[in-house]
Amino acid sequence: MSVSEQDVRHVAALARLGLADDRVQSLVGELNGILAHMDVLQQVDIGGASLDPDATQGMRMRDDVPNPIALHRAREEFAPSMRDGFFLVPRLSTHGTAEGADDEGEG
Amino acid sequence: MSDASLLSRPVADVAADIAAGRLSPDAALEASLAASDRVNAGPGGLNAVLYSDAEGARTDVQRSSHPGSSLLAGIPVAIKDNIATLRMPTSCGSKILEGYVSPFEATVIARLRAAGAVLPMKTNMDEFAMGSSTENSAYGVTKHPLDHTRVPGGSSGGSAAIVAAGVTRIALGSETGGSVRQPAAFCGIVGVKPTYGRVSRHGLVAFASSLDQVGVFGQSVDDAALGLQVVAGADALDSTTVDVPVGAYRAARNDATAQPLAGVVVGRPVEYFPDSLDPRMCSLLDRSADHLRSLGAEVRDVSLPHTSLAIPVYYIVAPAEASSNLARFDGVRYGLRVEGDGLLGMYEATRSQGFGPEVTRRILLGTYVLSAGYYDAYYKRAMAVRRLIAADFTKVFASGVHVLLAPTTPSTAFVAGSRKDPYEMYMSDIFTATANLAGVPAMSQPIGRIDGLPVGGQLLASHFDEATMFRVAYALERALGSEAHT
Amino acid sequence: MSTVTDGYEMVIGLEVHCQLKTRTKLFSAASAQFGDAPNVNTDAVCLGLPGALPVLNREAITLATRAALGLGCTVHEVSVFARKHYFYPDLPKGYQISQFDRPLATGGKVVIGTHADGLEKAIGITRVHVEEDAGKSVHDRFVGFSAIDLNRAGTPLIEIVSEPDIRSAAEAGLYLRELKQIIEYTDVSDASMEEGSLRVDVNISARPVGQVEFGTRTEIKNLNSFSGVERSIELEFARQCGVLRAGGVIEQRTMLWDGHKGEVRPARAKEGSHDYRYFPEPDLPPLVLGAEWIEEQRSGLAELPAARRARFVSQYGLSKHDVEQLTSTVALADRFEAVATASGNAKRAANWMLGVVLAAVKVQGGDVTSHPVSVERLGALIKLEEAGAVSNTAAKQIFAILESEDAEPGAIAERESLLQVSDDSALVAWIDEVLAEMPDEAARFLGGEKKLQGVLVGAVMKKSKGSADPKKVNGLLGKRVE
Repeated sequence: MSVSEQDVRHVAALARLGLADDRVQSLVGELNGILAHMDVLQQVDIGGASLDPDATQGMRMRDDVPNPIALHRAREEFAPSMRDGFFLVPRLSTHGTAEGADDEGEG
Repeated sequence: MSDASLLSRPVADVAADIAAGRLSPDAALEASLAASDRVNAGPGGLNAVLYSDAEGARTDVQRSSHPGSSLLAGIPVAIKDNIATLRMPTSCGSKILEGYVSPFEATVIARLRAAGAVLPMKTNMDEFAMGSSTENSAYGVTKHPLDHTRVPGGSSGGSAAIVAAGVTRIALGSETGGSVRQPAAFCGIVGVKPTYGRVSRHGLVAFASSLDQVGVFGQSVDDAALGLQVVAGADALDSTTVDVPVGAYRAARNDATAQPLAGVVVGRPVEYFPDSLDPRMCSLLDRSADHLRSLGAEVRDVSLPHTSLAIPVYYIVAPAEASSNLARFDGVRYGLRVEGDGLLGMYEATRSQGFGPEVTRRILLGTYVLSAGYYDAYYKRAMAVRRLIAADFTKVFASGVHVLLAPTTPSTAFVAGSRKDPYEMYMSDIFTATANLAGVPAMSQPIGRIDGLPVGGQLLASHFDEATMFRVAYALERALGSEAHT
Repeated sequence: MSTVTDGYEMVIGLEVHCQLKTRTKLFSAASAQFGDAPNVNTDAVCLGLPGALPVLNREAITLATRAALGLGCTVHEVSVFARKHYFYPDLPKGYQISQFDRPLATGGKVVIGTHADGLEKAIGITRVHVEEDAGKSVHDRFVGFSAIDLNRAGTPLIEIVSEPDIRSAAEAGLYLRELKQIIEYTDVSDASMEEGSLRVDVNISARPVGQVEFGTRTEIKNLNSFSGVERSIELEFARQCGVLRAGGVIEQRTMLWDGHKGEVRPARAKEGSHDYRYFPEPDLPPLVLGAEWIEEQRSGLAELPAARRARFVSQYGLSKHDVEQLTSTVALADRFEAVATASGNAKRAANWMLGVVLAAVKVQGGDVTSHPVSVERLGALIKLEEAGAVSNTAAKQIFAILESEDAEPGAIAERESLLQVSDDSALVAWIDEVLAEMPDEAARFLGGEKKLQGVLVGAVMKKSKGSADPKKVNGLLGKRVE
């Protein structure tokens, strides 16, 4: 398996990383160089390795009692852009007319 | 007024003197602040400290009356920049969090403060803990205290350098694949990575959640054991912490008997001693093994057959989790925002300008190994092999071995800028990543020097058996004496 | 529609998201309350702050388990949370914590009726899993910006995924109504589509009748009512059939229902297919539920709607229509059963509940349980009516008085002179008076014009202010013309 320029552009888009063209080129080489070392894993006999979740510990749960982690500074102090208590982002160019109808949004 | 000699005394003694009023509450703090000014800043400085809060620490040290534990009364502790503190920024060595001050603090910070510690500084690190040299910080390279042309190791290089330079005797770092043990080895100090689940990660900015663990640096085994004693224990805010009682890590600190390790079986994993290992490093480890034998331990060769697969597995699992954990840095709620064309443009501009090259590389790598069509071949397979690596440890410890002795790193501190190829840099973790993948506790302590540069000896133990690991470490430290630094 | 769709069959699967009734969020102890100022119910976890970690809410798992058991699912002793990745400003971490290949529960069914051969018609439930909700994006508040409110971010949801067993819009409606009722009976959610606590996505495809393979499906989103679900299915099926008939191919894509215009239209083009990069959530160990605990939840489950309906028919001998109505909510069904017991007459109790009581509740607002006429008093009133002590008209008057007055029905009947007069001498006197006052009608009635009897009875009732026993009046009048 080797990583193509198209692959790099695809994962960069998935990860919302803007990459200059020359950077894409060098990353193709870097990622292939790294992944070449991973090929050894394909040869490993994993017959004895279970992938079932390790359920020995289990999960501690908390009671349904309001007890938020206190914030020692206002949201406005760390947010890049807030108005009337909302976080502001550039208007979504892809959004539909109705709320919740966004292509990217999930139900 | 500061008394530099305080920095050469064990933390436990200084804290006891402060708690008992024999020393002024700010004595240790002032000594550290003075030392910090001396070694850190300027062209000749280490660039190990990113943020300091001398005034806040001074206020705290006067105010604190140590009503509960006073184990660390008045003791300054340096904190890696990826652990959330209320007064100083938590920027993770990254531009994307430049100036970000966390509105909540980490559980480990709360526990340190409750034990009387004060927090005068945050230390430099590889961006988001991705690196083995502290060259990947957005805020400049940290230098090795003994040789400024060399790196202190990483990613917790700032904390390691601060302790090695004698500024504080305890510092917190974090481990994902060796980021405490490796810089501890390079800098000639003690560095401990506890069992996964032993210390709360609440407030530790995540790199790879299934591997991350807060670690402790100490100038001595006892300093590190004391630090871990304070921060260890289950936390309701971290679901991966485990309700196992915290051991008495310092029980063996005063054991000066001739055979303190009678009955202890020390394994020497042959895979950690490859033919390519520097023979001088090998002989330093042999010397340590001889000491352990003379202290009453049995030393035997054991095998962890999947060791060589640790780096390939690690560099799939860790970037995969990192690509996920770093998705939250999107310019919406906190941190850097760079405007671009619409929302997508804002995302891409923020993230490409906010993350440095190594972080970008790992996000892409991690996104790739999780993406459709590659998940099974990479991530899923790596997780299966990870089970095999963990099973190696389980088997060895089930066979009657209590601790393992191995080198911490394949080399001593290297020259800054000398490792250009990413994978060559990744191989720095070859002897440390196994413990993170298996979740077992491990520590590095100085066992000698090569060409004047420190060498770390690594001890590994079974899950939650830090106490036995410390018992061996205390004995070895005592037996080595000044040999540890020569 | 049938001309367009002749020869094609629709195949539908539904994904239903249901908000669980908890006080706090799924993974943070911040309040899950709605309607507060934007972002006030957010803490370090909901905001996805660096270093914040999820901690699971036990109540959410209890509610999800109850719902899954109510839907006939197998609840697994081990399930695993997973991260689902996509970037969106109302998704604070860049991933949603959900469940993927190890969901909480699998393999249930919802019965929606019976086939002609008497066998039950059921829609299979593929899985029920637990996940956190996203926040809200408000697009019309500020010019040039979208506004993000994360109060909803992290509230607990279950996603209920059906098998592609649904073959018509009507079946989809039946399935959803039954599902909603089960959710309400298990008391895990408000389950209101209008309020967004129940959300439905439709996966729909068309295939030639007789073909086994499924056609390419589209997904309809943005549905906010059951009728919208049904209508959008009809429209989208017609559209798909039209495309197929014309020799075209269906493109796999998301469609949006526009309730105002009553139309289904394609969502704007996506920039590429989704790649959610699921992997097990490393911040959370596997969720391990003891078999015993699961059984406890099962045995603690309220009687489910289908069972209750069957019992009402067999135990009380009520009509199916009445039973449907009486079991529409747990509260009404419980109240009915209590009144039936108190009155000793289930049929009268049913009539009262479905008539007078529901009408009164509608006027008053609120729930049947908060209606001021208690179960005991309504029972006593029904007993009076059954014994003939008060007429039905009088009983209704007494009921109206009881709504605002704290007294016993019998006492009110007496005080208001509403007790039925069945004493012959009093009735005869009233009859004589009426016959005297209405000589024309009296003559014709006595002359054999029997249809006038009703008019005269009415006049007697009026004269008695409703207290006369109409049966007796009828009998006495009848005797005059024998």
